[in-house]
Amino acid sequence: MQNKKGIKSITTLLAIILVLAGCSSNSSGSSNDKKENAKPSNAATEPTASEKSEPEKEVSIEYWQYEFPAKVELIDELITEFQTLHPNIKVKQTNFPYDQYNQKVATLVPAGKGPDIINLYYGWLPKYVAAGYLQPLPQDSFPTAEIEKDYYPLVEAAKIDGSYYAIPTAVRTLALFYNKDLLDKAQIKELPTTWEQLVEDSIKLTEKDAKGQFVVEGLAWEPGAQLHHWYRDGLLPQAGGQDLSEDRRKILWADTPAGLEAFQYLLDFAIKHKVGINGFYENDSNAFMNGFAALNIDGSFRLGSIKKDFANLNFGVAPLPSYKAQSTPSSFWANAIPKNVEGDKLKAATEFLKFLTSKEVQEKWVDRIGELPAQKAVASQDKYVKDEKLGPFITQLDHSRAHFFIDETQEKTLFVDATNEVLVNHVSVEKAFNDLVAKVQKLYDDYWAEVDKKK
Amino acid sequence: MSSAREVQGSKRLPVKKLHTALIYLLLIIGVGIMLFPFLWMVATSFKIPQDVYNLSLIPETITFDNYATIFKKAPFGDWIKNTLIISLIGTATVVIFDTAAGYVLAKFSFIGKQVIFLIIISTIMVPTEMLIIPWYLIANEFGWSDTNWGVLFPSIITAFGIFLMRQFMDSIPSELLDAARIDGLNEWRILLNIAIPLVKPAIVTLIILTFIGNWNQFIWPLIVLQTEEKFTLPVGIVYFSSELKDTSNWILIMAGTTISIAPLILLFLIFQKQIIRGIALSGMK
Amino acid sequence: MLTHVIRLTARKSRELFRVRLSYQTQRYLFIYIVLGIPLLYFLSTRMLPIFYAFNVSVREWNLLSSEKPFVGFENFSTIFSDEIFSKSILNTFKFVLIGVPGQLIAGLAVALLLQSIYRFRGFFRTIYFIPYVTSIVAVSWVFRWILMRNGWLNEVLLQLGIEPQLFLQSPRQALILVTLTMIWQSIGFQMLVFMTGLEAIPRMYYEAASIDGASGWRKFVHITLPLLNPVIVFSAVIGVISYLQSFGQVLSMTNGGPLNSTTTMVLYIYNLAFQQFKMGRAAAATVVLFAIILVLTLLQLKVLNKKVEY
Repeated sequence: MQNKKGIKSITTLLAIILVLAGCSSNSSGSSNDKKENAKPSNAATEPTASEKSEPEKEVSIEYWQYEFPAKVELIDELITEFQTLHPNIKVKQTNFPYDQYNQKVATLVPAGKGPDIINLYYGWLPKYVAAGYLQPLPQDSFPTAEIEKDYYPLVEAAKIDGSYYAIPTAVRTLALFYNKDLLDKAQIKELPTTWEQLVEDSIKLTEKDAKGQFVVEGLAWEPGAQLHHWYRDGLLPQAGGQDLSEDRRKILWADTPAGLEAFQYLLDFAIKHKVGINGFYENDSNAFMNGFAALNIDGSFRLGSIKKDFANLNFGVAPLPSYKAQSTPSSFWANAIPKNVEGDKLKAATEFLKFLTSKEVQEKWVDRIGELPAQKAVASQDKYVKDEKLGPFITQLDHSRAHFFIDETQEKTLFVDATNEVLVNHVSVEKAFNDLVAKVQKLYDDYWAEVDKKK
Repeated sequence: MSSAREVQGSKRLPVKKLHTALIYLLLIIGVGIMLFPFLWMVATSFKIPQDVYNLSLIPETITFDNYATIFKKAPFGDWIKNTLIISLIGTATVVIFDTAAGYVLAKFSFIGKQVIFLIIISTIMVPTEMLIIPWYLIANEFGWSDTNWGVLFPSIITAFGIFLMRQFMDSIPSELLDAARIDGLNEWRILLNIAIPLVKPAIVTLIILTFIGNWNQFIWPLIVLQTEEKFTLPVGIVYFSSELKDTSNWILIMAGTTISIAPLILLFLIFQKQIIRGIALSGMK
Repeated sequence: MLTHVIRLTARKSRELFRVRLSYQTQRYLFIYIVLGIPLLYFLSTRMLPIFYAFNVSVREWNLLSSEKPFVGFENFSTIFSDEIFSKSILNTFKFVLIGVPGQLIAGLAVALLLQSIYRFRGFFRTIYFIPYVTSIVAVSWVFRWILMRNGWLNEVLLQLGIEPQLFLQSPRQALILVTLTMIWQSIGFQMLVFMTGLEAIPRMYYEAASIDGASGWRKFVHITLPLLNPVIVFSAVIGVISYLQSFGQVLSMTNGGPLNSTTTMVLYIYNLAFQQFKMGRAAAATVVLFAIILVLTLLQLKVLNKKVEY
């Protein structure tokens, strides 16, 4: 490339870019118009179609769920069952890999493709609701009062602006997993039920080699896994603190000494007692399943994985140790209906949703997936409460919480960062804690500012 | 040529030998670094679950169960077929269009050439992640989603290839081309009969790189494909390992990955000969 | 639009060389066809999407919402006031500064070594090429194992009596380690490109130099490097662009952590767009990235592209 030409070519390039920008902003503008036109026209055709075809006409709806073979299989079976009950409704299941779930949704939806029922992690709901993507569940089929009567209170996390936007089939709680062999070896007869006992036992259970390296962790310690939940819905309320203000605008961790106390307690496992560390055998559940961690705080969803791949693991489950009060973290995947679903499709989607939340399906779900029934009446049946493995998870449901999330990924990242500040950068626990509270608060402030702007 | 070397070689034979030995030593150390992670991947795929964290490279108990499980669970045949079709067609179009465009950009002078060149390279300045939404709009509009063509259409011509060919075409002596023009050959003939044979090694390189690029494409196929039978290998593996990751079932994931790259390594071994032949035929030496 | 420019040029030159009209027509027809098809193709599959992104960068667009109100430069001021964005720019430059020279030097070294041997050349070439073929996700996991807290490398360090390291969990080491993985994976590509370039250098130059008694180093500096220039330009430009777009390895090895020490611009863009659905801001960050790449590419083409004198 010659020198003189270089400058000339840049200017020509710029000129061409400007011209192209002119055309393209027109053309992309028109493609926007097209999409916006397309939607109302869809909306216009749908009601007319529904007027003609009352229940007689066949309706097909699409169900989106992430790829998890056990769930996919079960849903397939349930669809067959549902279709025999409702011969005029056809349900199609579509799955996306978990890691790329949001990305696929975010690409397909702008192109006008979308489901009629979508399965979402509860922590994603505010993001989807803020985008105006979901509609509140139809009141006649899912009255708010009934949901609040029948379901465990943790489901309230799906209630945004006074309406429920999603409803789960099943929920999960955290509990203390323990390796029976390692406990026997350390001659621990009684399971820890208090904060103090948990510390003592995990110190006893920790094994290190001559060079001071972990052989067995007393308590697996992975902030990027369940510890964030354990802090917000377990330790913090147990110490007498509160997560969030009623209006979900203010983070209250630092409003009582409980917040710092709980944060310090959590970090002490790694920095003071040194009974566990992040990244040991990749992560907590892996270390536990392979027998390199004696205790682990993990979810009921892990039961299925252990049963499948680590059938020989001699383990038990106990309720989480408590302090001033009892409190257990919980979470759920819930089904929601997008806003543009109308007419017959909405009726069919509601019907399918009712089916998915029925007692029979909830029972199948526990048996096949290992997630706990979301309704009190179903979960509290003897066959579940007395189950050696499921029991501890279910008995904790009464005092379980699922905190509101603005953005699950970001909030978790901030929490992990705060623990890293202490661990790697040797920042004081107090400073790391205060920074964390400030950063999470900023996230909430930004979210609410955006929501308020739209109103 | 060989005589000059021999004269030099015989003069300082011991030094030369030492020199060669050193080169081989360096290359062998390099082989260790290159292969170690890869061998670990393959070794893991033959291990039994209890040995995953055993740090030895040779599995104590070798099992083929992992591969059996994988082939039972996933339609690898379909995936390999789709990936092969997409990679082959994509490579063919790239070679045709990129070679010709690279040639014109290197060997012709006309006003606006630099601008055109810059426009072409500027198309690789935006990451794919930002292009997939417009691409999906296009694919959806024309009904290409969930088809091989849908995967293929964004990569039938590549700026990367045009740039590569331009750089290699640059070294063709212009006198050769002018001589052909004086002989009355038309431009197409000159491209086909004179220019292309001179850059054969570069074209083989372009073929290899494009083929691998197409084979390993992930984000876009993942977005545009929907049904299991239409998947490409990398997309299939991700769906397949979606559950495995939950239990950190790395043994199966590593087996899946090994299967997904084995065809490529085989193809490369076959092409290896082609490269050498290509060079030999081109008469560049 | 572009063909229009060419056409104008064509008309002008046609007027100048009216004598050889038929030859010129044939010549320009050739240029039109050969460049026209790619240009039209790029216009529809690359330029329009790029301008689509530019257009979105001045709008507020939640990906799941059908409304895209115009907000001017608000997205730009938002991302520039985000310290993670500034950090991601800084990190991205670190990736380029370590990665590009590392890849070029390693690739050239391997190519030269292979060039100077006769036995097992094909064998070595295949081996060095294998990492390039392997999928990023699988490779990243293997490296995570090797670098795990109680992984293979720490085991070796302990045997040698050295303190175990944090590796990917250390904000100081993670970026370098991820970059090294990227270099490891691209050596094969770089080697292949350089070998192709080396093959194209006529042997007679070296023979002539040998007769003149030139040392190996002098031959390298005066023959190899200058004649390899087009390939070096290509490698540097493509290298800078791809390291500026570092993403895959980062996502699967560290996901930007610890403490954002490996967050790159593309990871930042990806998270904004597909985790938070904030497409407007993501597009704004893309425009910034595009501008950086454009400027650096122009600079490189200017500085590196010297007409070689034979």
